Amino acid sequence: MAIEKIWVLAESADGKPTTTTLELLTAARSLAGTVEAVGWGEVASCAATLGEYGATTLHDVGDLAGSLPGVPVAAAMAQAIRAGGAPDAVLIPATYDGRDVAGRLSARLDRPVLTNVVGLTAADGGLETEHAIFGGAQVAKARFTGEGPGLFVIRAKSFAAEASGGGAAAVSPLDVPDTGTSGGATVLARHAEERSGPKLDEAEVVVSGGRGLGEKDQYAMIEELAGLLEGAPGASRAIVDAGWVPYAYQVGQTGKTVKPTVYLACGISGATQHLVGMKGSKNIVAINKDQDAPIFSVADLGVVGDVHKVVPKLIEAIKARG
Amino acid sequence: MNVVVCVKQIPDPAAPPSLDTANTLDRSGKLILDDSDAYGVEMALQLADAAGGGEVTLVSMAPNGEVSGLRTALAMGAAKAILISDDALVGSDALGTAKVLAAAIRRAGPDLVLAATESTDGYTGTTPVQVAELLGFPSVTFAKKVEVSGSTVKVERQTEAGFDEVESPLPVVVTVTAGVVEPRYPSFKGIMAAKSKPVETLTVADLGIDPAQVGAAGARQAITSVTAAEARQSGEIVVDEGDAHERIIQFLEQLKVL
Repeated sequence: MAIEKIWVLAESADGKPTTTTLELLTAARSLAGTVEAVGWGEVASCAATLGEYGATTLHDVGDLAGSLPGVPVAAAMAQAIRAGGAPDAVLIPATYDGRDVAGRLSARLDRPVLTNVVGLTAADGGLETEHAIFGGAQVAKARFTGEGPGLFVIRAKSFAAEASGGGAAAVSPLDVPDTGTSGGATVLARHAEERSGPKLDEAEVVVSGGRGLGEKDQYAMIEELAGLLEGAPGASRAIVDAGWVPYAYQVGQTGKTVKPTVYLACGISGATQHLVGMKGSKNIVAINKDQDAPIFSVADLGVVGDVHKVVPKLIEAIKARG
Repeated sequence: MNVVVCVKQIPDPAAPPSLDTANTLDRSGKLILDDSDAYGVEMALQLADAAGGGEVTLVSMAPNGEVSGLRTALAMGAAKAILISDDALVGSDALGTAKVLAAAIRRAGPDLVLAATESTDGYTGTTPVQVAELLGFPSVTFAKKVEVSGSTVKVERQTEAGFDEVESPLPVVVTVTAGVVEPRYPSFKGIMAAKSKPVETLTVADLGIDPAQVGAAGARQAITSVTAAEARQSGEIVVDEGDAHERIIQFLEQLKVL
């Protein structure tokens, strides 16, 4: 099965395609002659940018009338695939909505899905995926053996986004069939949470806290340090599980992949779950009182010390610089 | 209100993981309840309680008739469990697993199905939504708050920007993020009671599933290689003598972050 056509699930926010969408379009362009995007909501306003990154057509599901995207978008894609013109592969960003679309589409088409993909190459007429396993210590490669289209859920920052200079994608409407009882979940209201600094997965500096902080209140110093460095605060799974900070803060296998210029891990031991989400950072600083903590194996600068002593001094020293 | 919680029994994440000869995770040893699933179990118990009664049923697929993790969740207060264990399931992927879980859930006829957003060991993160599609149920993923009133569930769903208030009719599949509720510790009485709670063990044939749809063959995918990743060089280690913060400042200055 040669790879001729790839669909990319295009997500947008504030009238612009998300960075991951552009990363996937760039990867798709290098793997297939024809790249098409599938989107919903306000995505038509992104047709120019999607085209610039390689999409020739934008299949637009349009307004979802308050439905969560998973069911209607997957149903529309499945219907179009069955009607002919199916792509050989569908690349889907590993996001809240992307994963919903992937799961729904997989079950609807009865096709397996490969998730947590961090690399994709052409091999033997098909696609071979890369997955970082065991905290990134090993790389597993996999491929589909059955009938296409192959469904791939790809983690953010797996590819660099590069424009190709193409013209705007032609917008083509995609109809949603009747989804029966499965389409019953509707959004009543959307809430944006106040965020003062940069987004966690886009920040140049990320300061994360872990269980070594000891108690919930101590997380305030992580936020303060992140603020002083114009970075974003992050967290290990342990303190998200403990309810100290929301899930949105989590860096790791479950949670966000970050690749900032500097990653400061404070009181994080470095469980494989965490390492896989931050190992790609350009520079890593770790503060932990246990000198045998696995986090030190990936740190460019490791400080064996008490976060409760080192971090407040660091904060004071940065403040003193004005 | 009857609630089904999908729970996974996994190798202890604290122990170093290993691959078997098929390059899939070695699950031959003792398995424990995935920590991520304790939130769903707790949520189910609280919701059933708030609804004025009803049963919490666990549904799990595991090799070798493993029940250790189920006993933990039963000790928390779940009433019973359905375990699907069958050699034909070795090598199943997320969709194959979903087919099995959906068939078992259908037997339980729940008002609500809860699951974690993803398992700790495989972390595919699609199984609950695949289950919902196979059952024809709506789904709401990444819930950070769940309330049921009458035949409707209201969920606060995590989004990139914040959260959405989502409403869905029952029956529905909801996946819960960690930290949404505080899982209770099983009491001694709970642990004793769990030993005699019913665990129905089923095979693929019991569920009327074609064995070709599940297991390694049904997965229609192959792991072509597993190799060591390029190791990251470990760097400078400083033991804090009260001035380590100065070294960090210096490091940040070099990177022009300061």
